Amino acid sequence: MAQLNILEAIRSAMDEEMERDERVMVLGEDVGRKGGVFGATEGLWAKYGDKRVLDTPLTEAMIAGAAMGAAVYGLRPIAEMQFADFVYPAFNQIVSEISRIHYRSNGTFSAPMVIRMPYGGGVHGALYHSQSNEAYFTSTVGLKIVAPGTPADAKGLLKSAIRDPDPVMFFEHKKTYRMFKAEVPEGDTVVPIGRAAVARAGHHLSIVCYGYMRTVVLEAAETLAREDGLEAEVIDLRTLRPLDLDTVMTSVAKTGKALVVHEANRFGGFGAEVAAEIAEEGFEHLDGPVTRLAGPEVPGVPYHHNLEDWFMISPARVVDAARKLAAY
Amino acid sequence: MAQTEIRPRHAELGLVDEDVLAMYRAMLLARAVDERMWLMQRAGKIAFIISGQGHEGAQVAITWPMRKGVDWMAPFYRSIASTMTFGMSAEDIITAHLAKADDVSSGGRQMPGHYGGAPYNIVSLSSPVGTQVLHAVGIAMGAWVRGDDVVAMTSFGEGTSNQGEIHEAMNFAGVHRLPVIFACENNGYAISVPLDRQVGGGSVAARAAGYGMPGVTVDGSDPIACYAAAKEAHERARRGDGPTLIEARVVRLTSHSSDDDQRRYRDPAEVEALKARDPIPAFATELRQIGVLDDVTDERLRAEVKAEVNAASARAEARPEPTTSDAHERVYANPIAGSGTPTPLEPVDGGSH
Repeated sequence: MAQLNILEAIRSAMDEEMERDERVMVLGEDVGRKGGVFGATEGLWAKYGDKRVLDTPLTEAMIAGAAMGAAVYGLRPIAEMQFADFVYPAFNQIVSEISRIHYRSNGTFSAPMVIRMPYGGGVHGALYHSQSNEAYFTSTVGLKIVAPGTPADAKGLLKSAIRDPDPVMFFEHKKTYRMFKAEVPEGDTVVPIGRAAVARAGHHLSIVCYGYMRTVVLEAAETLAREDGLEAEVIDLRTLRPLDLDTVMTSVAKTGKALVVHEANRFGGFGAEVAAEIAEEGFEHLDGPVTRLAGPEVPGVPYHHNLEDWFMISPARVVDAARKLAAY
Repeated sequence: MAQTEIRPRHAELGLVDEDVLAMYRAMLLARAVDERMWLMQRAGKIAFIISGQGHEGAQVAITWPMRKGVDWMAPFYRSIASTMTFGMSAEDIITAHLAKADDVSSGGRQMPGHYGGAPYNIVSLSSPVGTQVLHAVGIAMGAWVRGDDVVAMTSFGEGTSNQGEIHEAMNFAGVHRLPVIFACENNGYAISVPLDRQVGGGSVAARAAGYGMPGVTVDGSDPIACYAAAKEAHERARRGDGPTLIEARVVRLTSHSSDDDQRRYRDPAEVEALKARDPIPAFATELRQIGVLDDVTDERLRAEVKAEVNAASARAEARPEPTTSDAHERVYANPIAGSGTPTPLEPVDGGSH
């Protein structure tokens, strides 16, 4: 077992997949000689050359659209958006083209590609380097959406994403990149897309989360256990689309209470879908309102640390929300 | 009657008489299919049609150097003659317009005019204009990365030439000298908006200079001139010398689509004058002048084409309609069970994809 942080895990997944499969290439802004603004592709340019690790112009639509063309042609491109906040020029390619080509061609074309994007706040990135914009994409049929929260999941899911014949959007919470190291299995280990993980077992309430929120919620769960004697079961979705409702419902059937936590704003957020599924599918199990804890309704994460702290979901806020729900 | 002495241009380009006759026949066939689809639309069999009439000379000739089964095409909604020159049959096109279950483009899922065909290396087209140009560039990038001898051709109108994605595509292709042919079919109108309200400077080809590639303007009603430009562009791409932008000045002989009426925004005299630039009679005249075509051959070709379209239509109409039983399928190539994907769980494979 190697001890890696999430950034190292992501780099290692790309390296191993490029080694394994000559069709895999990386393209994006500054991914070549520099190795990416966060260092995710560090070392790949030197190892695989400047065609397979390709610095592009500052053109996100081109990155996505050319990646799709290459995928249709038979390559397995990994497109890096420098920040999730800058993906919008590529929105047309992702939503009109990449997600739809398989269906609209009656299954005769597909776009086996990955779009990696650093998302999320807590890094003084303000409105345009902090967004959690997964909900724009989770509502798009034809995409698979992944948001890992541990180094092992980051590596195993990215390997699955690269091998998957469908387009996968891979959300990497930038605050977690170097936050902690954890054990990552050696060798060619994949984590399947579409399976949630029980990150902590418990029986008083279920807390559903993904990405960086896994770390926040697990810390809150320890506080709840220590101070309140409440054992929260923490479900890390890992994949947002397709949603592993079985794992969520198994937990909710046991606890009768569900708290859904994400950093993106609440209205129309991904948590709304999770909450609606729990309400529809688990009504007879519930003995408390399905509850969401999410980012505030402002257009982005404000810059000053007072303001950013106010925006971010903290363990204390999870504890508060869990106590209220547990009191039902 | 003595023939006017006109030097055959096609021989200098390596084309024999049979080639130019085949090009002429391809233009006739595309026109006949196009006209048949208008009839079917008027008869209520097709909801909507978007025509390529007036573009056939440029489309056939620019596609002519492309190697079937090797090169790739990302067409646009008027690309009837292009896609047919690159392998699609009259029956494929009519079947797609009738949205039959086994339509090669989409199995009845897409509107008419959304060409595509995996067996022909023709990338499935959507409706937001210009997106396909990046796909052609991506194919060319893939070929360049892999070291494959492949050329990607893409077509679009002059209205679409203003989309940002076109500029991103051309810039990227210019940076890496990718093997792409950008074929802009400039018919002077983006639905109702004329060229002088669309393109600053009036020339699409002139923009190529800014992206480090040659920009060539050709008369789209002159198939030999179009072929010459395309042949050179194809050879340049294969040599590794990069992309070419060809702007073919064509005429739009019909309204934008079956839902449009160009009499609302074009002077009747202007529309009437377009007929003089119809590439089919223009090419026929040239072929007669150089002694390649005569009345007998022309009548034979037209009869062949008519019979082909009749037979293709009959076969296409007899094909089965799509049913809803599989409307939920082929959403994902690898469906994974979960909310919103009610399909059997398949294990994520360890590496055979």
